[in-house]
Amino acid sequence: MTLLGNSVRRVFATSVVAAALTFSPVLTAIAEALTLNGAGATFPAPLYERYFSEYSRANPPMRVNYQAIGSGGGIRQMIEGTIDFGGSDAAMTDAQMAQVSRGVILVPTAGGAVSIVYNLPGVNNLRLSRAVYPDIFSGRITRWNDPRIAADNPGVNLPDLPIRTAVRADGSGTTFIFSNHLSAISPYFRGRIGSGTAPSWTTNPLQGRGNAGVAAQVARTRGAIGYVEYAYAKQNNLQAALLQNRANEFVAPSLASTEKALATLNFPENFRVFVDDPADGYPIAGLTWVMVYRQYETAEQADAVKKLVRWMLTEGQSINNTLDYTRVPPAVAQRAIEVVNSTVSSR
Amino acid sequence: MANSFKTELQGVRFGLDTGFTWLARASAMVPVVLLVAIGWVIGQQAWPAMQAFGLSFLWGQDWDVGAALFGALPYIYGTLVSAAIALLLAVPVGLSVAILTTESFLPTWVREPVAFLVELIAAIPSVIVGLWGIFVLIPFLMPMQTWLFDHWRWVPLFSTEPYGPGMLTAGVILAIMILPTLAALGRDVLLALPPELRMAAMAVGATRWETIAHVNLPAASAGILGAVTLGLGRALGETMAVTMVIGNSPQISASLLDLGYTIPAVLANQFAEAVDELHLGALMYLALVLFLLTLAVNVVAVLMVRAVGMQTP
Amino acid sequence: MTKASQFPPFDAEPKAPQLRQSSGFPAQSPPQRQIFSVGMTGLAFLLGGVALLPLGAILAEIVRQGLAHFSGEVLVSLPAPVGMTGVANGFANAILGTLIMVGIAALLSIPLGVIAAVFLTEFGQDMRLLQVIRFMVVVLSGVPSIVVGVFVYGMIVLATKQFSALAGSVALAVIMLPIIILATESALNLVPLSQRMAAAALGANRMQTTLWVVITAALPGITTGVLLAIARAAGETAPLIFTALFSQNWPEGLNSPTPSLSVLIYNYANSPFIEQNDMAWTAALVLLGLVLTINILARLVMRHRIPLR
Repeated sequence: MTLLGNSVRRVFATSVVAAALTFSPVLTAIAEALTLNGAGATFPAPLYERYFSEYSRANPPMRVNYQAIGSGGGIRQMIEGTIDFGGSDAAMTDAQMAQVSRGVILVPTAGGAVSIVYNLPGVNNLRLSRAVYPDIFSGRITRWNDPRIAADNPGVNLPDLPIRTAVRADGSGTTFIFSNHLSAISPYFRGRIGSGTAPSWTTNPLQGRGNAGVAAQVARTRGAIGYVEYAYAKQNNLQAALLQNRANEFVAPSLASTEKALATLNFPENFRVFVDDPADGYPIAGLTWVMVYRQYETAEQADAVKKLVRWMLTEGQSINNTLDYTRVPPAVAQRAIEVVNSTVSSR
Repeated sequence: MANSFKTELQGVRFGLDTGFTWLARASAMVPVVLLVAIGWVIGQQAWPAMQAFGLSFLWGQDWDVGAALFGALPYIYGTLVSAAIALLLAVPVGLSVAILTTESFLPTWVREPVAFLVELIAAIPSVIVGLWGIFVLIPFLMPMQTWLFDHWRWVPLFSTEPYGPGMLTAGVILAIMILPTLAALGRDVLLALPPELRMAAMAVGATRWETIAHVNLPAASAGILGAVTLGLGRALGETMAVTMVIGNSPQISASLLDLGYTIPAVLANQFAEAVDELHLGALMYLALVLFLLTLAVNVVAVLMVRAVGMQTP
Repeated sequence: MTKASQFPPFDAEPKAPQLRQSSGFPAQSPPQRQIFSVGMTGLAFLLGGVALLPLGAILAEIVRQGLAHFSGEVLVSLPAPVGMTGVANGFANAILGTLIMVGIAALLSIPLGVIAAVFLTEFGQDMRLLQVIRFMVVVLSGVPSIVVGVFVYGMIVLATKQFSALAGSVALAVIMLPIIILATESALNLVPLSQRMAAAALGANRMQTTLWVVITAALPGITTGVLLAIARAAGETAPLIFTALFSQNWPEGLNSPTPSLSVLIYNYANSPFIEQNDMAWTAALVLLGLVLTINILARLVMRHRIPLR
């Protein structure tokens, strides 16, 4: 942005603000209860909705608003400074963190599985081996009655339907966790598509906005296969495939199998850690973080953020399991609370 | 008009009057300033992508955020094709409504409400049309799409297995949304024709339909084209309903049963999260393309409608 | 067709065959001409019926699905988190947010639009300037609403560093402004010159003439245009998703993210959760009821047709 651009913009904005303020003094007088506005990942959105609903009930004047616009959106809006905190399950890169002048702290809040969901009426508990599912999403297997899928599913009557892949239309941490895992187990996938929040898909997939959008596309399209956070699959009664893990077992996504996958995780100093191919448990799992600034405008905001983080990592964690997210290990949670308490400040 | 109207009094009233005139002048400049500002803000943010890709952006086919490689063609293609399908479907229907509501096939007490009801479609918010599209239109069109594929798959237009959402579905949704524009403006144009035209045709023995086909429609053609162009402009810029039913897949496929993507849809999906300067620039470049496209279409439409205005004083 | 005789002279089908010789139309045999007439009439009625289908289908579905989950509760409760049973669920905050943002947008755009139209019809001297302005207004009315959203994000959200009701209102105002200007302009043009002359003869200056005579006379037309613009703004989604965003809570003043009915419908339509789909239909019923009421009201205020969009 040029200097001129910014000043014109500010003049325009201030004049509009002035106009609106003169027009509607009544509205601005509506109580200024302290509200924290957040936006970002859709992966933990069902969990966060519950968190913030319970949190405001327990702490009356405090309110938290969280909009699921995707991890990419959360990161962008953190950089632009339009929100008070962000959510992402593709942790910010160092380059992205460097763009935030107020500084960022990543706080892990939960872990979850990315389940592969499909829409094939009559086919339950579809099994997909490590060689097969990357090939489906890189376009090397295109029909449901492919012999390689049939080999994983003896005795199952697979229909003669084209495979409709469904992916995210927006930049997504779920996509990152998913493509990161597929890249780790399939060189072909890594070479053709690679890992990222918005990789370049080669199968001309259906695209939906948010985890919800993908789940909806799969639910509505016969022969569709996509990937969504486990809670979305479970709550919407979508069929989730059993995947072969590194120990060669076929595992269904569940809270227990995800906890197994994430059990051996070592959290580094900045809490940024990924699991590309766990040794045990359900193979596609990842963490999700909230991003908070190191510096806030006012002391009230800084305090509100500290209080919220403490609540999410203590009382809030008890909600995690009921919605099939894993908990953050207590020791890590304690460390995160300390980091936030000691670093978050106001100007 | 009362442009040359001057009755200023002296004193306070005069000052007030001058002030009011200036206020009016300033207000009238607001839309001009807005339009320029829109072009400028978008152009400024598009600049990095314009420098990086130049005009080749327009025919580039890749859209790879990770590799920072951006091309607009699949989006431009989807925008134009879905709008073209919409016109193809909506023009005959819209014209029929315009003819039925201007001719005397039906008594006035039927004609007026029919015209009103068709125009009411325009009042339905596009997000509601999209909601209906997802849950009613897609399931409704699915058997027809399957039938087209089963029996006509050797025609490139129907050569892929239908998903449900896709280019054809988006075209149908858009057709519904621009129908009122076509019907209402078409009606206005036909009503504006001088009655002598029709009388003359009838006098030389033409039937009603011969009059319509050989006299009325040709005479109104410029105005009807203007209406069609305005409809096109609306179809190009429509966002919500399309993004809900087109499948959002950036590809160029001859098949209408395949998925597509449009410029407004990709803006709605990716704008809020483009972090990379080039990604944001590419989206703004797309917005600029869309802005210029609709601008051109609207300019043509305005000129055409104006030409009709001259013809039929 | 039975009443055709009431509408001379356009309805007469030529009956006398000898007229054909003198006609300038290609010589066709009577059966062919009759088939053409009957065929075209049939086709026109068929297509006309097709035109009414979508409206009927949309309205019927929204009423059916919307009423199924409609209750007083949805109008007064906040959206409940997914999967929580036994909690009141609704979208009262979105209704309020829509009303606030459309209200502010109206406050911004109505005075501006009406006065701008006054300039175009009453005060402007330089015809070329007037033509340019009028042309720009028409072009502005054709700018895709998503582009307006992107513009306001760049102008206001980035400058104020927050998503806000204010940004949403400005985006809606940009969309309403050209509609109001065009409608007001055509309403003002219908006021006869003689009324202005009479006012002037009584010693009124231009401001008095405009305010007390011209605008008063054109009020029904202006009201129609304003109501249509309000209805249009209430249904807009694309300009709000980057400006007002959304919120699960009550609107909290003009400087925070604000929910709206249209964004709620968009979010919930894309949701895989059945209860949210249901809520989308109910919200659609409320929004459609609001928009259609304003629209029909607008038509009743003045039975003068103005293109809706």
